[in-house]
Amino acid sequence: MHIMEGFLPVSHAIGWTVAAAPFWGYGVYRLTKVMRENPERKLMVGAAGGFTMFLSSLKLPSVTGSSSHPVGVGLGAIMFGPGVMFVLGTIVLLFQAMLLAHGGITTLGANAFSMAIVGGLTAYGIFKALRFLSVPLGFAVFCAAALSDLCTYVTTSAQLALAFPDPLSGFWGAFVKFNSIFALTQIPLALGEGLLTVLIVNALTSVSREEMAGFNLVPEAAK
Amino acid sequence: MNKTRQNILLILGVAALVAVPLFMHYHGGEDVDGSSAFAGTDDKAQSVIAEANPDYRPWFSPLWEPPGDSIESLLFALQAAIGSGLVFYYIGYRRGKNSVTANAQRESAAQKFVPLSQPSPRMQSENA
Repeated sequence: MHIMEGFLPVSHAIGWTVAAAPFWGYGVYRLTKVMRENPERKLMVGAAGGFTMFLSSLKLPSVTGSSSHPVGVGLGAIMFGPGVMFVLGTIVLLFQAMLLAHGGITTLGANAFSMAIVGGLTAYGIFKALRFLSVPLGFAVFCAAALSDLCTYVTTSAQLALAFPDPLSGFWGAFVKFNSIFALTQIPLALGEGLLTVLIVNALTSVSREEMAGFNLVPEAAK
Repeated sequence: MNKTRQNILLILGVAALVAVPLFMHYHGGEDVDGSSAFAGTDDKAQSVIAEANPDYRPWFSPLWEPPGDSIESLLFALQAAIGSGLVFYYIGYRRGKNSVTANAQRESAAQKFVPLSQPSPRMQSENA
């Protein structure tokens, strides 16, 4: 779930936008570079962005009795690196903020920070680390996608706790409370996102083996 | 296990993750207190913030909101359609490209053999 329009005090809204700005700049640089590499890359980037758009549109029920949305930046981050997702994730957020009143323009910086930036970085980092430790490819993709989904929501909880600390227990009390709303509900969704990301990697590998091998997304034994 | 079996299991896993909450919390519509089942977590966060900070007023509101739940569902469905369209367009494009490439390879491999209908030069000089 994104922070709703107007629900971050002005100073926080500005602060997170300023924090996100350099990442957006880097993301634009990376995106234009990747798109220029070869023409087919444009379609693949489109597919990665499309996956984000698709997953984040699903409002899924959770065992806690509430519902939430998956994130979906894992695929693109693993394939193209986090930079590209800084931009693609923000585009999806803009679409949702303007047409669906889901998230907001004032909260775009904060939501982009949690979803596109932290989500992209954690997916990429966890995947690289697990592969370095020789974890099997499918499991590495699953863990990277699922954990990055959770990290996004933990970041959202932190952002809200910073803005609305508990009068008695301060930031940490509020952080625990927001996590109990967001992160707990998100666990089954994060697992589902992990499974779906493995599924889409399988589908892409079956049609584009060479390109996926270029992204280090083909198991060694089969190369 | 082979790829197809793995993919089927993945799909079943996702379906189970979505279906289990539905069985666990089936209320058949609205709750006693008027809130609908499976309220979004952002609505919950809103009420938590309002409880702890009763003086907080959102200082900006969305420029446009979908007029009602049905239109909101339509727009989410549209987002899902655009997103999956981008994914499947690429997959379809690649499948087409792969089959054209495979056909071309098969044809160029077939042309390396001399067709059997043409007599070899040695036979012609023997019959003369």
